[in-house]
Amino acid sequence: MSEQATPAREAAAEPAAGGGEPPEADRFRRLVAQTVAGPPWVVTVLAIALALVVGGLLMIISDPEVTDTFGYFFARPADALSASWSEVSTAYAALFKGAIFNPDAAGSLTEALRPISETLTEATPLIFGGLAVGLAFRAGLFNIGGQGQLIMGAIATTWVGFTLDAPGFVALPAAVLAGLAGGALYGALVGWLKAGPGAHEVIVTIMLNYVAFLLLGYLIGSDVFRDPDNPQPISKPVADAARLPHLFGDSLRVNAGLLLAIAAVVFTWWLLNRSTLGFQLRAVGANPSAARTAGMSVGYGQIMAMTLSGGLMGLVGMSQVLGTANANNALTQQIDAGLGFTAITVALLGRASPVGTVAAALLFGALQAGGREMQAAAGVSIEIVTVIQALIVLFVAAPPLVRGIFRLRGEGGGHSGLLAKGWNG
Amino acid sequence: MSATLTPTTAPGSATAAATDRGHWYVGGAMTLVGLYALVAFGLGSRTDDGAKAVFNLNLLGDQAIKVPDLTVPAGPTAIALSLVCVAVGVLRLAVRLTGSRRTAATSAYLVAFVAAFLVWATSGHSLNFTSVLNATVLAATPLILGALCGVLCERSGVINVAIEGQFLVGAFAASFFASVSGSLWAGLVAGCLAGGLLGAMLAVFANRYLVQQVVLGVVINLFAAGLTGFLYERLMQANPEYNKTMAFSAIRIPVLSDLPVVGPVLFGQNAVFYLTVILIAVVQIGLFHTRWGLRTRAVGEHPTAADTVGIKVVAMRYRNVILGGLIAGLGGVWLTIGLNITFNKNMAAGQGFIALAALIFGRWSPLGAVSAALLFGFAGGISVSLQPLETPVPTAFLSMTPYLATIFAVAGLVGAVRAPAADGIPYTKS
Repeated sequence: MSEQATPAREAAAEPAAGGGEPPEADRFRRLVAQTVAGPPWVVTVLAIALALVVGGLLMIISDPEVTDTFGYFFARPADALSASWSEVSTAYAALFKGAIFNPDAAGSLTEALRPISETLTEATPLIFGGLAVGLAFRAGLFNIGGQGQLIMGAIATTWVGFTLDAPGFVALPAAVLAGLAGGALYGALVGWLKAGPGAHEVIVTIMLNYVAFLLLGYLIGSDVFRDPDNPQPISKPVADAARLPHLFGDSLRVNAGLLLAIAAVVFTWWLLNRSTLGFQLRAVGANPSAARTAGMSVGYGQIMAMTLSGGLMGLVGMSQVLGTANANNALTQQIDAGLGFTAITVALLGRASPVGTVAAALLFGALQAGGREMQAAAGVSIEIVTVIQALIVLFVAAPPLVRGIFRLRGEGGGHSGLLAKGWNG
Repeated sequence: MSATLTPTTAPGSATAAATDRGHWYVGGAMTLVGLYALVAFGLGSRTDDGAKAVFNLNLLGDQAIKVPDLTVPAGPTAIALSLVCVAVGVLRLAVRLTGSRRTAATSAYLVAFVAAFLVWATSGHSLNFTSVLNATVLAATPLILGALCGVLCERSGVINVAIEGQFLVGAFAASFFASVSGSLWAGLVAGCLAGGLLGAMLAVFANRYLVQQVVLGVVINLFAAGLTGFLYERLMQANPEYNKTMAFSAIRIPVLSDLPVVGPVLFGQNAVFYLTVILIAVVQIGLFHTRWGLRTRAVGEHPTAADTVGIKVVAMRYRNVILGGLIAGLGGVWLTIGLNITFNKNMAAGQGFIALAALIFGRWSPLGAVSAALLFGFAGGISVSLQPLETPVPTAFLSMTPYLATIFAVAGLVGAVRAPAADGIPYTKS
């Protein structure tokens, strides 16, 4: 944390620092600064690069074999550098192969498409989740309760999925709608508590996350849900008819959940930018007092925002159960997979816009898919992906930091799409 | 500054309205729950036929002063306690209580309800009540430390949702450095420092880069979970010598630890616990009786006014958030080398969020937060102790009580809950 220079301080320090460095580097930096200083996506790209660099450093310092070579760094620096390089390059090459394209497996079409399929599969729930958090952001609410809403959605979906004995064209829509409703109701509760008694949505949603988590644990062990044939605490699997079909053959995991996610993107974009309700939500988010003066009901807007946001989160739970994310198509205690929190980072990175959310979800989906390959092929724990994701968001949220590190000039850097707000606001 | 003042005034009036209705809601709800207790606990089949509830009050066999077991007739006792609940409920409906009277009434209600429940649950069995208290204290210690961290941060105007992450890094560092160095105290210092570092990170992003603080806390939690998970898989999983089972041994304070019931629970714990007790006193006295405390509260309530009288607002916030981080780190220390448990991925398991709940439930005051943490710890301790009693109540629902209680609290049903006015709003001179 030594390079946290604000633009102002950095500008003051620049002449001294510039004097000691080679002129090519200086010219290069100026070129970079001139061409890319302005738009916010530059900060995003640089933030991703920085996060990957920090991730690489973490791999190096945590590997005893590599750190040993640093013990005799001054005697044979090449050893340490090549060991570090091979550590990091192997890991990131595996990440790329797992997420985008694997040149070793280019023989068959299925194998060539597998990494992309994995990325899209991982991105599907993140799209729903990112839209959910983003929608609430736009209405001035911070939905930190994705975990709870997606669990409630998953519970509802699973219950319909294994009780309803019907052909696919009935069972699947019913299960999907159940997930939507489960999450929406749980979200509406938050909106109602916010609009009525004025309970802060962040506190309420944090608490409801754990209520849902404990309820899930209880239900999995209860007679209604528990699978009697399985020794593990797991629910009965949903009927085959209610599962989301694979899109490109059974060996690729990408499934119809992706199509639903795309539909959700279009719907959310339309809602926010073209509908009356969306205008109302954005007005409530931008300035509640003005919205109230203009005759809008702030409470109604908040309840609707949380209901829609919760519904989208419920679809995350739905895709976890009906999709290919878990092989059993059943409820487990780990069904949430931390997606409620990852969704927050997706929405932040996507700046709470539907299109930005898709891009961010694809990026994080790729990191997730590649992370699994990295763990399998290079032996680097997938947990590093969480670190990288968190760092990307931190850097994006603090543009002056990124500009400071890369010595870019820029206008203050705007805000991260969110206004500072306290518990009372 | 006018922009930041507007949002604080509007909800204030909303909460005032909620308290007016709250008087009816609360009284009605209390009476109904009391009646339910009467039917379910007092008149239910579990307490029929003169069943007795036996409470064992000795924690250890070698207790110097032994207390005889407390045996009560389950049915009549539960009925009497439930009637106390109903009476308090009716009192709340009939009279508008304020201040300390309301607190006393609520406390009496809670104690009677919990006692009725315990008598009912123990009916026909025996329960070691002292061991329930001991489990309460063990479960409450990290919550207390986390909540004290929250008090320091939020009283000076920085929201800290990252207590969970601070627990995780504290727990990891404590276990790792204690195992490597062989010294528990080295582990303790490392754990505190790790929490403090995360606090510094929070402080920098919140105060210098003005990142929305709830977002920041969530992201820092993810960062901490990923970092400790990664380092755990990288270093500890293959080498158990980096993650040894170690713990501070219990220090029995002479005489006091021989007191019946509370003796072993409060005076037979380890050094981290005593440090926690000292910290409670330091934070409570510091916040309300020292210059530092006055300044901290000023900075959290009205930074502009504090600035005009020469208090360095941002420096104050930096200092308090980092101090808070050190304390939360100690909470992490407790989770591993305080409890004799090795580090595991995500071992904080939401306790950082319960600590946040305790902070809010305790209305941002140190002693309030400690009481709330003890209450939540009791809910945790009892859900463990009840398992052998074969009660029909699933433990999941008992574990939910802290969270539900907090929702009721912020919804204004337990009186108005108000955060420091400038909590979460970064200070910039304009």
